[in-house]
Amino acid sequence: MNSATWYGLVGAALAGIGLYGLIVQHHVLRKILSFNLLGAGVFLLAGAVARRGAAAGLPGDPVLQGLVITGIIVAFAATVLAVTLLLRLGQATGSASLSPRALDGATSSDGETKTSLDANEASPRAPPAATDPRDGATH
Amino acid sequence: MPIQDMTSPGGQWLVLAVIVPVAGLLLAVLLGGRHAQRIALATVPLGAIATAGVVLQMIDSGAAVVYRLGGWAPPLGIVLRADGLSAMMMCATVVVLAAIAAFARADFATPRGDRETRAPFVFWTLLLGVWIALLVAFLAGDLFTLYVALELAAFAAVPLVCLDGRGETLQAALRYLLYALVGSVLYLLGAVLIYGGYGTLDIATLAHAGRADAGTVVAVALMTAGLLAKTALFPLHLWLPPAHAGAPAAASALLSGLVIKGSFFIVIRLWIDAFGAVVTPGAAQLLATLGGAAIVCGSAVALRQSRLKLMVAYSTVAQIGYLFLMFPLVLGALSAGAAAAALTGGILQAVSHATAKAAMFMAAGLMYAALGHDRVADLRGAARALPMTVTAFALSGIALIGLPPAGGFVAKWLLLSSALESGQWWWVVVIAIGGLLTAAYVFTVLARAMETPETPVAIAPVSRAQESIVLALAVLSAVLGVAALAPIDLLLTGRELGAGGVR
Repeated sequence: MNSATWYGLVGAALAGIGLYGLIVQHHVLRKILSFNLLGAGVFLLAGAVARRGAAAGLPGDPVLQGLVITGIIVAFAATVLAVTLLLRLGQATGSASLSPRALDGATSSDGETKTSLDANEASPRAPPAATDPRDGATH
Repeated sequence: MPIQDMTSPGGQWLVLAVIVPVAGLLLAVLLGGRHAQRIALATVPLGAIATAGVVLQMIDSGAAVVYRLGGWAPPLGIVLRADGLSAMMMCATVVVLAAIAAFARADFATPRGDRETRAPFVFWTLLLGVWIALLVAFLAGDLFTLYVALELAAFAAVPLVCLDGRGETLQAALRYLLYALVGSVLYLLGAVLIYGGYGTLDIATLAHAGRADAGTVVAVALMTAGLLAKTALFPLHLWLPPAHAGAPAAASALLSGLVIKGSFFIVIRLWIDAFGAVVTPGAAQLLATLGGAAIVCGSAVALRQSRLKLMVAYSTVAQIGYLFLMFPLVLGALSAGAAAAALTGGILQAVSHATAKAAMFMAAGLMYAALGHDRVADLRGAARALPMTVTAFALSGIALIGLPPAGGFVAKWLLLSSALESGQWWWVVVIAIGGLLTAAYVFTVLARAMETPETPVAIAPVSRAQESIVLALAVLSAVLGVAALAPIDLLLTGRELGAGGVR
């Protein structure tokens, strides 16, 4: 077994663990971490494929290395977006869960929290005011 | 030998078609504030000109329009390639996008006195972002550029879900993002495996080189699973109803009408164009079975919804199912003509759904704005107060049910006849059941809206301009069948790639 095959197997295992975690974990932060594990596995696998397909004298196939770089940037940006959304969710509902029950306890503070985040939006529970030209935007 | 795509005359239009919205987006982010809206509204007609340039060039030459980026040839270089499918989808996208932009002017205006407010700024920049993602998906000639398109679509679509910042929409956005991320990472894994097997990701090259070995099967299965999660095909649809129903009306129209068509289009590229020759009939039947389950389950659940916007969102789940019925019909067709008919039916269904569902979501949004709620049971008097909006809802409903002369009618007709021709009668049953259930939920809403209320209903005034735009888009969806009889030739232009699908 050469090193490329070894890396490939490790990558596959990482991807499997990540996918499993993504499905079974309830906490969103753990889901995000699992996604990163899944991504790391895929990138490692891509590295192994790049090594095996490399022409003589090259350490790896540059096309796949380009793919991996793009993938890493995307995964980084996606993680930032997901964590930002999670923080906002925590501020709005006081919970970091995706279950509908997490919203029940938060409805009273919902309007206040949001108003503090953006004073320009109408309160979500308020009936649409005829004078507000943007009232369609909140539904 | 693979055919090397050369840059064709007029190939520059392809670059222009993508560059215009990209420039608009960058400018909008740079200048910010209330400029974002002006720039977005100015970019739409410019982009429409570029799209028209591509289509006219294609009609003129009768062949696919191709552009080699930097003059590099595949497999190392990247080509932009517009065939008839791309042209149809580009046209549909620009029309629907223009209608949504015109509709959103009232909802997402930056209030006087404010330099910049979050929701309008995000909406107008991401409107362009969604457009870019779709254009890249329609024009990309290789599997990796398609991956970039998928990611662009996810990043542009997710924030649109939670524009109003309520807890439930943040939850819906986060769930959507997680589905989208798993989808794209699985797609990337599949692309890596395909590159490992073939040394190229160019679709035209793969169409000739494709083998039915284990590596290819695993790779295509992974990519398909990822794409289905993004398209929200049953049973991976759970994220869609809360996300599409919770967003503001214009954003819902954008998400439901356009965004999901991007990943669906990539499934076509993968299954019909790249690996049409090696996909087994069983696999195509499996894909369509998921579509059939989506039609039946989605329609049945839509019928049980008490909130209008959720009903329209579940209707999207069902209508996505119709899109996937085309795969066994195209791949199992007995002649090239039958395959072309099934393909036309599938694309027409996508175009018809894009126009009809965008109109329906915006009509639902107007009813919500006028009545202050969207409970189906309390819609009495809506037709009297908002005759144009309820008519628009009815017309887009006609398009979804598939009554003539709507585009949905021609689409279902083509799918039905190619199902009968190739002996796959079971899809006829599914299409018929879906049509009946769709009629049931559309008429439930209409019957309720047309009842006369005992006491006058308080109605908040809605913009007449918005009502007109929604009605115009709904009329378009309801008469699309007439126009759609002509562009069949356009649809099949430059599609020698697809010939691999006919056995």
